[in-house]
Amino acid sequence: MDIKTALFDYLLRLGDDSLILAQRLSAWCGHGPMLEVDLSMSNIGLDLIGQAALFLGYAGEVEGKGRDADKLAFHRDALRFRNCLLVEQPNGDFAQTIARQYVFSTWQRLLFQGLVKSGDPRIAEIAAKALKEIDYHADWSAEWVVRLGDGTAESRDRMIAGFAWMWRFVDELFQVDDVDAAIAKAGIGPSRASLRAGFDAALKKTFDAATLPLMPYPAAVLGGRQGHHSEHLGHLLAEMQFLPRAYPGATW
Amino acid sequence: MYTTELQKQPSRPVAESKAEKEPQELVDAFEARVAADEFIEPKDWMPAAYRRTLVRQISQHAHSEIVGMLPEGNWICRAPSLRRKAVLLAKVQDEGGHGLYLYAAAETLGTSREEMIEALHAGKAKYSTIFNYPTLTWADIGAIGWLVDGAAIMNQVPLQRTSYGPYARAMVRVCKEESFHQRQGFEIMMAMANGTPEQKEMAQDALNRWWWPSLMMFGPPDDESPNTAQSMRWRIKRDTNDELRQHFVDVTVPQAEALGLSVPDPKLKFNDKTGHYEFGEIDWSEFWNVVKGEGPVAKERMSARVKAWDEGAWVRDAAAAHAAKQHAAKQAAE
Repeated sequence: MDIKTALFDYLLRLGDDSLILAQRLSAWCGHGPMLEVDLSMSNIGLDLIGQAALFLGYAGEVEGKGRDADKLAFHRDALRFRNCLLVEQPNGDFAQTIARQYVFSTWQRLLFQGLVKSGDPRIAEIAAKALKEIDYHADWSAEWVVRLGDGTAESRDRMIAGFAWMWRFVDELFQVDDVDAAIAKAGIGPSRASLRAGFDAALKKTFDAATLPLMPYPAAVLGGRQGHHSEHLGHLLAEMQFLPRAYPGATW
Repeated sequence: MYTTELQKQPSRPVAESKAEKEPQELVDAFEARVAADEFIEPKDWMPAAYRRTLVRQISQHAHSEIVGMLPEGNWICRAPSLRRKAVLLAKVQDEGGHGLYLYAAAETLGTSREEMIEALHAGKAKYSTIFNYPTLTWADIGAIGWLVDGAAIMNQVPLQRTSYGPYARAMVRVCKEESFHQRQGFEIMMAMANGTPEQKEMAQDALNRWWWPSLMMFGPPDDESPNTAQSMRWRIKRDTNDELRQHFVDVTVPQAEALGLSVPDPKLKFNDKTGHYEFGEIDWSEFWNVVKGEGPVAKERMSARVKAWDEGAWVRDAAAAHAAKQHAAKQAAE
């Protein structure tokens, strides 16, 4: 695989992860369980939109076909999206949202700790800015895992159910394919497989504090990085892309 | 966002406050401080009626911020570009932040946030009538920023000098953000008014639907606003409803002209002698219906708030339970 093709795909993966999760979090705005939490989720969503705009903008430049971040966000169909399956999972209740956020941000922190050392200066620069945000997302969601796990019997049950929903999508985060191999070989990003030990350690620490049992992982569900998504993504895109698709010539 | 005084019945008059046997020297000293434009602070003595009026006004204002997140929140997931999405999310988040510090300001008067929220959900507390109208197209997001936040700024700027310190200080922060909101709304309108024919149609349609409700945001006419005189004497309010409404019309009509849109009022005309616009009669029966909770989407708004609150109960319980465990563990360790 030539490096330009790999880099374009890799940037879509980074941008799409942030974009799709931001879209999910946006749906909470005005509906959170308490005002402070509502504001925090919007904050995280805003950070993620910012990351998406930078990565997708760069992806468009690498591709060199005149597509900008908006064109990539609003005019691709599900088969062309490269996000992991985790981020497109439905919000569910607050515990399910927290489970998704905690798994994603914990993994993303480890990934971006590697990306700040990227041989691609543009990626290193974006990662350095984003890492400060991600540290907050990971800490915030870990605090909520602990609160809900070690809160009431109901919140504990819900937290366990939230993780149970997300658990089959964890392995995908560490899956290495041709794109990741090419990127790691070129010194642009860390090998995803190398992030697993750090992830397992972080998870154990949080689960211990939350008095939650570490559940065995079920068979992995894969495919997001290749454009084979869950049923949920199509609906998310239908809503997100409606205006630019309905009025293709318009500027907003 | 802002709500004006929506109580149709006058507050209990001063005579009744006296029946509560408030010491005359305290009342006189309070009135003198307010007349001298001093700030009243939470620990200062204040008449019971002043406290009641403030709790009502500040909590109405806070509720308006929170309910006001819903009509615009309706479009965050459908915002047409990444930039618009980020700006709208940030704006709606700001409204939540305003709600938070307004609840905090009201809490300094001895009413808890939970009590205020329960009063809202029970239909006892009001919020601005404007949020009981639906957002039908993306142009509504522009119209809300331009007109609704524009009206809010006019209501709120004088409140930075309101007599109650915590409320005035909250307003200083709110006003800074509202001017950014108004600009982003106008910018959306500008893009659409100069866009495709469909976009221009949406922009005009949004102005048609939001114009009159925006004028109603300033509250009933002065001769039907029973609390205005008392509130102005107490410096809780600094201008009358009609003065602010006129100012809004004078500022906004030229903006509509600049956009190339027509204000939906055949009686609108500039009076050279007064230097003000004359405008048509507001449909006050519609206003009072919306105040009563009969606005087009009042049921949707209230059920969304109640649902979020009820479904969040287990989260708040869990946070409290965990905090109690942490506290107990800390005490046991000491």
